[in-house]
Amino acid sequence: MADITADVAVSTPVPARTGNGAGHGGGGHGGGRGDGLHMTTTGLSNNKLGMWLFLGSECLLFGGLISTYMLYHGRTQNGPKPSQVYDIPFTSISSFILLMSSLTMVLAVSAAKNNDTPKTRLWLGATAALGSLFVGGQVYEFTAFYHEGLGFTTSLFGSSFYTLTGFHGVHVTVGIVMLISVIAITFRGRIDGDRAEVIELVGLYWHFVDIVWIVIFTLVYLIPS
Amino acid sequence: MSSPADVTAFGEKLDDRDAPQYGHQTDILYVKVAAVLVVLTALEVWASYAHWLGHATLAVLLTLMAVKFTLVVLFFMHLKWDSKLFGRLFWAGVFLAIAVYVVALSTFKFFVKS
Repeated sequence: MADITADVAVSTPVPARTGNGAGHGGGGHGGGRGDGLHMTTTGLSNNKLGMWLFLGSECLLFGGLISTYMLYHGRTQNGPKPSQVYDIPFTSISSFILLMSSLTMVLAVSAAKNNDTPKTRLWLGATAALGSLFVGGQVYEFTAFYHEGLGFTTSLFGSSFYTLTGFHGVHVTVGIVMLISVIAITFRGRIDGDRAEVIELVGLYWHFVDIVWIVIFTLVYLIPS
Repeated sequence: MSSPADVTAFGEKLDDRDAPQYGHQTDILYVKVAAVLVVLTALEVWASYAHWLGHATLAVLLTLMAVKFTLVVLFFMHLKWDSKLFGRLFWAGVFLAIAVYVVALSTFKFFVKS
Protein backbone atom coordinates (compact mmCIF):
# COMPACT_ATOMS: atom_id res chain seq x y z
CA MET A 1 0.00 0.00 0.00
CA ALA A 2 2.85 2.26 0.87
CA ASP A 3 4.39 1.70 -2.56
CA ILE A 4 1.19 2.61 -4.27
CA THR A 5 1.06 5.78 -2.23
CA ALA A 6 4.61 6.69 -3.16
CA ASP A 7 3.93 6.07 -6.83
CA VAL A 8 0.89 8.21 -6.73
CA ALA A 9 2.82 10.89 -4.91
CA VAL A 10 5.38 11.07 -7.70
CA SER A 11 2.79 11.45 -10.34
CA THR A 12 0.49 13.65 -8.33
CA PRO A 13 1.65 17.21 -8.07
CA VAL A 14 1.73 18.53 -4.54
CA PRO A 15 0.74 22.11 -4.00
CA ALA A 16 3.73 24.26 -3.29
CA ARG A 17 3.69 26.52 -0.30
CA THR A 18 2.95 29.75 -1.95
CA GLY A 19 1.00 31.52 0.65
CA ASN A 20 1.56 34.85 2.21
CA GLY A 21 4.86 36.11 3.31
CA ALA A 22 8.33 36.05 2.06
CA GLY A 23 8.37 32.72 3.58
CA HIS A 24 11.91 31.95 4.28
CA GLY A 25 12.10 28.54 5.58
CA GLY A 26 10.11 25.49 5.13
CA GLY A 27 7.07 27.41 5.62
CA GLY A 28 8.91 29.95 3.82
CA HIS A 29 7.48 29.73 0.58
CA GLY A 30 4.38 29.97 2.08
CA GLY A 31 1.59 29.58 4.24
CA GLY A 32 -0.69 26.72 3.90
CA ARG A 33 -0.93 23.89 1.52
CA GLY A 34 -3.70 24.08 -0.92
CA ASP A 35 -3.16 27.65 -1.97
CA GLY A 36 -2.42 26.08 -5.31
CA LEU A 37 -0.61 29.03 -6.83
CA HIS A 38 1.64 26.54 -8.51
CA MET A 39 2.31 22.86 -8.13
CA THR A 40 5.56 20.96 -7.67
CA THR A 41 6.29 17.28 -7.11
CA THR A 42 8.59 18.12 -4.19
CA GLY A 43 6.15 20.27 -2.30
CA LEU A 44 8.81 22.97 -2.43
CA SER A 45 9.12 26.07 -4.51
CA ASN A 46 10.97 25.32 -7.73
CA ASN A 47 12.38 28.84 -7.74
CA LYS A 48 13.85 28.37 -4.30
CA LEU A 49 15.14 24.92 -5.18
CA GLY A 50 16.79 26.41 -8.26
CA MET A 51 18.37 29.19 -6.20
CA TRP A 52 19.87 26.72 -3.72
CA LEU A 53 21.18 24.62 -6.58
CA PHE A 54 22.71 27.75 -8.09
CA LEU A 55 24.33 28.70 -4.79
CA GLY A 56 25.75 25.19 -4.46
CA SER A 57 27.35 25.56 -7.89
CA GLU A 58 28.63 29.01 -6.95
CA CYS A 59 30.51 27.39 -4.07
CA LEU A 60 32.48 25.47 -6.68
CA LEU A 61 33.26 28.64 -8.64
CA PHE A 62 34.61 30.43 -5.59
CA GLY A 63 36.26 27.22 -4.35
CA GLY A 64 38.29 27.15 -7.56
CA LEU A 65 39.18 30.84 -7.33
CA ILE A 66 40.20 30.60 -3.68
CA SER A 67 42.27 27.49 -4.43
CA THR A 68 44.05 29.38 -7.20
CA TYR A 69 44.78 32.30 -4.90
CA MET A 70 46.10 30.01 -2.16
CA LEU A 71 48.42 28.39 -4.69
CA TYR A 72 49.77 31.64 -6.06
CA HIS A 73 49.70 34.17 -3.22
CA GLY A 74 53.37 33.53 -2.57
CA ARG A 75 54.38 34.13 -6.20
CA THR A 76 55.01 37.84 -6.01
CA GLN A 77 57.90 38.03 -8.52
CA ASN A 78 59.20 41.59 -8.31
CA GLY A 79 55.91 43.03 -7.17
CA PRO A 80 54.75 43.83 -3.64
CA LYS A 81 53.97 41.06 -1.18
CA PRO A 82 50.50 40.66 0.35
CA SER A 83 51.72 41.95 3.72
CA GLN A 84 53.04 45.11 2.04
CA VAL A 85 49.74 46.11 0.44
CA TYR A 86 46.98 44.78 2.67
CA ASP A 87 45.29 47.30 4.94
CA ILE A 88 43.65 45.07 7.55
CA PRO A 89 41.84 47.83 9.53
CA PHE A 90 40.27 49.15 6.32
CA THR A 91 39.23 45.68 5.13
CA SER A 92 37.86 44.90 8.60
CA ILE A 93 35.54 47.89 8.31
CA SER A 94 34.46 46.68 4.85
CA SER A 95 33.72 43.26 6.34
CA PHE A 96 31.68 44.88 9.11
CA ILE A 97 29.68 46.82 6.51
CA LEU A 98 28.90 43.65 4.55
CA LEU A 99 27.90 41.79 7.72
CA MET A 100 25.52 44.60 8.61
CA SER A 101 24.06 44.45 5.10
CA SER A 102 23.20 40.81 5.78
CA LEU A 103 21.31 41.92 8.88
CA THR A 104 19.36 44.57 6.98
CA MET A 105 18.60 42.01 4.26
CA VAL A 106 17.17 39.47 6.67
CA LEU A 107 15.11 42.25 8.27
CA ALA A 108 13.78 43.14 4.81
CA VAL A 109 12.69 39.55 4.26
CA SER A 110 11.08 39.54 7.70
CA ALA A 111 9.22 42.76 6.92
CA ALA A 112 8.07 41.36 3.58
CA LYS A 113 6.77 38.29 5.36
CA ASN A 114 4.68 40.57 7.53
CA ASN A 115 3.48 42.47 4.46
CA ASP A 116 5.04 45.63 5.84
CA THR A 117 5.92 47.34 2.56
CA PRO A 118 7.44 50.59 3.93
CA LYS A 119 9.80 48.67 6.22
CA THR A 120 10.65 46.27 3.42
CA ARG A 121 11.66 49.16 1.19
CA LEU A 122 13.62 50.76 4.01
CA TRP A 123 15.67 47.63 4.76
CA LEU A 124 16.17 46.80 1.09
CA GLY A 125 17.41 50.34 0.50
CA ALA A 126 19.73 50.10 3.50
CA THR A 127 21.11 46.81 2.17
CA ALA A 128 21.73 48.32 -1.26
CA ALA A 129 23.42 51.35 0.34
CA LEU A 130 25.69 49.20 2.52
CA GLY A 131 26.50 47.01 -0.49
CA SER A 132 27.40 50.10 -2.51
CA LEU A 133 29.63 51.27 0.33
CA PHE A 134 31.40 47.91 0.29
CA VAL A 135 31.93 48.02 -3.49
CA GLY A 136 33.17 51.61 -3.18
CA GLY A 137 35.65 50.44 -0.58
CA GLN A 138 36.81 47.70 -2.88
CA VAL A 139 37.34 50.16 -5.74
CA TYR A 140 39.35 52.37 -3.36
CA GLU A 141 41.39 49.37 -2.23
CA PHE A 142 42.12 48.29 -5.81
CA THR A 143 43.19 51.82 -6.70
CA ALA A 144 45.48 52.02 -3.68
CA PHE A 145 47.05 48.65 -4.49
CA TYR A 146 47.63 49.72 -8.09
CA HIS A 147 49.42 52.86 -6.95
CA GLU A 148 51.57 50.71 -4.68
CA GLY A 149 52.70 48.72 -7.71
CA LEU A 150 50.33 45.76 -7.69
CA GLY A 151 48.72 45.52 -11.12
CA PHE A 152 46.69 42.67 -12.56
CA THR A 153 49.69 41.37 -14.49
CA THR A 154 52.41 42.29 -11.99
CA SER A 155 52.59 38.80 -10.52
CA LEU A 156 50.64 35.61 -10.08
CA PHE A 157 49.68 36.91 -6.65
CA GLY A 158 48.23 40.08 -8.22
CA SER A 159 46.34 38.17 -10.92
CA SER A 160 44.80 35.66 -8.54
CA PHE A 161 43.99 38.35 -5.94
CA TYR A 162 42.23 40.67 -8.40
CA THR A 163 40.40 37.76 -10.05
CA LEU A 164 39.08 36.40 -6.75
CA THR A 165 38.10 39.67 -5.10
CA GLY A 166 36.98 41.12 -8.45
CA PHE A 167 34.58 38.21 -9.01
CA HIS A 168 33.22 38.76 -5.52
CA GLY A 169 32.83 42.47 -6.18
CA VAL A 170 30.91 41.72 -9.37
CA HIS A 171 28.60 39.43 -7.40
CA VAL A 172 27.95 42.20 -4.87
CA THR A 173 27.25 44.63 -7.71
CA VAL A 174 24.79 42.19 -9.31
CA GLY A 175 23.16 41.86 -5.88
CA ILE A 176 22.76 45.64 -5.63
CA VAL A 177 21.08 45.72 -9.06
CA MET A 178 18.74 42.95 -7.89
CA LEU A 179 17.93 44.87 -4.70
CA ILE A 180 17.14 48.05 -6.60
CA SER A 181 14.96 46.03 -8.98
CA VAL A 182 13.06 44.52 -6.05
CA ILE A 183 12.53 47.97 -4.53
CA ALA A 184 11.06 49.01 -7.88
CA ILE A 185 8.78 45.96 -7.77
CA THR A 186 7.45 47.01 -4.37
CA PHE A 187 6.24 50.25 -5.89
CA ARG A 188 4.16 48.28 -8.39
CA GLY A 189 2.04 46.64 -5.75
CA ARG A 190 1.87 44.83 -2.46
CA ILE A 191 4.50 42.27 -1.65
CA ASP A 192 2.70 39.02 -1.25
CA GLY A 193 2.59 35.57 -2.71
CA ASP A 194 5.09 35.06 -5.50
CA ARG A 195 6.39 38.62 -5.24
CA ALA A 196 7.40 37.99 -1.65
CA GLU A 197 9.37 34.99 -2.75
CA VAL A 198 11.45 37.22 -5.01
CA ILE A 199 12.68 39.09 -1.94
CA GLU A 200 13.53 35.81 -0.25
CA LEU A 201 15.52 34.63 -3.28
CA VAL A 202 17.44 37.91 -3.50
CA GLY A 203 18.10 37.55 0.23
CA LEU A 204 19.57 34.08 -0.24
CA TYR A 205 21.87 35.41 -2.95
CA TRP A 206 22.92 38.35 -0.80
CA HIS A 207 23.72 36.17 2.22
CA PHE A 208 25.73 33.88 -0.04
CA VAL A 209 27.82 36.84 -1.16
CA ASP A 210 28.35 37.61 2.53
CA ILE A 211 29.52 34.11 3.45
CA VAL A 212 31.92 34.09 0.50
CA TRP A 213 33.42 37.29 1.90
CA ILE A 214 33.67 35.70 5.35
CA VAL A 215 35.89 33.05 3.77
CA ILE A 216 37.88 35.51 1.63
CA PHE A 217 38.45 37.88 4.56
CA THR A 218 39.98 35.11 6.64
CA LEU A 219 41.89 33.13 4.03
CA VAL A 220 43.12 36.04 1.93
CA TYR A 221 43.59 38.91 4.36
CA LEU A 222 43.98 37.57 7.88
CA ILE A 223 45.91 34.35 7.61
CA PRO A 224 49.58 35.27 7.45
CA SER A 225 51.39 33.97 4.42
CA MET B 1 -2.15 6.33 6.23
CA SER B 2 -1.04 9.45 4.51
CA SER B 3 -3.00 10.68 1.60
CA PRO B 4 -0.97 11.02 -1.60
CA ALA B 5 -1.08 14.78 -1.40
CA ASP B 6 0.70 14.69 1.96
CA VAL B 7 3.77 12.93 0.58
CA THR B 8 6.37 14.49 -1.68
CA ALA B 9 8.12 12.82 -4.59
CA PHE B 10 10.97 12.11 -2.16
CA GLY B 11 8.65 10.21 0.16
CA GLU B 12 8.78 12.90 2.83
CA LYS B 13 5.64 13.77 4.69
CA LEU B 14 4.98 17.43 4.20
CA ASP B 15 4.04 18.00 7.83
CA ASP B 16 7.11 16.15 9.15
CA ARG B 17 9.52 17.92 6.86
CA ASP B 18 8.25 21.34 7.66
CA ALA B 19 7.60 20.78 11.31
CA PRO B 20 9.85 23.64 12.47
CA GLN B 21 7.91 26.29 10.64
CA TYR B 22 9.48 29.53 9.59
CA GLY B 23 8.03 32.36 11.50
CA HIS B 24 9.25 31.52 14.97
CA GLN B 25 12.18 33.82 14.46
CA THR B 26 11.93 37.40 15.52
CA ASP B 27 13.93 40.38 14.39
CA ILE B 28 15.58 40.40 17.81
CA LEU B 29 17.09 37.01 17.06
CA TYR B 30 18.61 38.36 13.84
CA VAL B 31 20.08 41.34 15.67
CA LYS B 32 21.58 39.00 18.28
CA VAL B 33 23.13 36.81 15.57
CA ALA B 34 24.53 39.91 13.86
CA ALA B 35 26.02 41.06 17.17
CA VAL B 36 27.70 37.68 17.60
CA LEU B 37 29.06 37.92 14.05
CA VAL B 38 30.54 41.35 14.77
CA VAL B 39 32.18 40.08 17.96
CA LEU B 40 33.61 37.06 16.12
CA THR B 41 34.96 39.33 13.37
CA ALA B 42 36.64 41.51 15.99
CA LEU B 43 38.14 38.37 17.54
CA GLU B 44 39.42 37.32 14.12
CA VAL B 45 41.17 40.63 13.57
CA TRP B 46 42.61 40.50 17.08
CA ALA B 47 43.85 36.93 16.52
CA SER B 48 45.56 37.94 13.28
CA TYR B 49 47.66 40.46 15.26
CA ALA B 50 48.25 38.16 18.26
CA HIS B 51 51.59 36.79 17.19
CA TRP B 52 52.08 35.11 20.56
CA LEU B 53 49.45 32.60 19.48
CA GLY B 54 52.03 31.14 17.12
CA HIS B 55 50.79 28.22 15.04
CA ALA B 56 47.47 28.29 16.90
CA THR B 57 46.60 31.46 14.99
CA LEU B 58 45.67 29.43 11.93
CA ALA B 59 43.41 27.09 13.88
CA VAL B 60 41.73 30.00 15.71
CA LEU B 61 41.09 31.94 12.50
CA LEU B 62 39.73 28.91 10.63
CA THR B 63 37.46 28.01 13.54
CA LEU B 64 36.08 31.53 13.82
CA MET B 65 35.55 31.62 10.04
CA ALA B 66 33.65 28.32 10.12
CA VAL B 67 31.46 29.49 13.00
CA LYS B 68 30.60 32.77 11.23
CA PHE B 69 29.88 30.92 7.98
CA THR B 70 27.58 28.45 9.75
CA LEU B 71 25.74 31.16 11.69
CA VAL B 72 24.87 33.07 8.53
CA VAL B 73 23.78 29.93 6.69
CA LEU B 74 21.67 28.58 9.54
CA PHE B 75 20.04 31.78 10.77
CA PHE B 76 20.12 34.39 8.00
CA MET B 77 19.61 31.89 5.18
CA HIS B 78 17.19 29.94 7.39
CA LEU B 79 18.62 26.50 6.71
CA LYS B 80 18.05 25.75 10.39
CA TRP B 81 14.31 25.79 9.77
CA ASP B 82 14.16 25.09 6.08
CA SER B 83 13.70 21.93 4.05
CA LYS B 84 16.57 19.49 4.38
CA LEU B 85 16.71 19.21 0.60
CA PHE B 86 17.95 22.80 0.32
CA GLY B 87 20.60 22.10 2.91
CA ARG B 88 21.76 18.98 1.10
CA LEU B 89 22.14 20.90 -2.17
CA PHE B 90 24.11 23.68 -0.53
CA TRP B 91 26.37 21.61 1.71
CA ALA B 92 27.12 19.29 -1.23
CA GLY B 93 28.45 22.33 -3.08
CA VAL B 94 30.46 23.49 -0.06
CA PHE B 95 32.10 20.12 0.57
CA LEU B 96 32.76 19.58 -3.12
CA ALA B 97 34.47 22.98 -3.20
CA ILE B 98 36.61 22.02 -0.21
CA ALA B 99 37.48 18.77 -2.01
CA VAL B 100 38.52 20.73 -5.10
CA TYR B 101 40.73 22.91 -2.91
CA VAL B 102 42.37 19.93 -1.20
CA VAL B 103 42.94 18.08 -4.49
CA ALA B 104 44.35 21.17 -6.21
CA LEU B 105 46.74 21.95 -3.38
CA SER B 106 47.78 18.31 -3.05
CA THR B 107 48.44 18.10 -6.77
CA PHE B 108 50.73 21.11 -6.76
CA LYS B 109 52.38 20.00 -3.53
CA PHE B 110 53.17 16.41 -4.47
CA PHE B 111 53.29 16.29 -8.25
CA VAL B 112 55.09 19.48 -9.17
CA LYS B 113 58.55 19.13 -10.75
CA SER B 114 61.29 20.15 -8.34
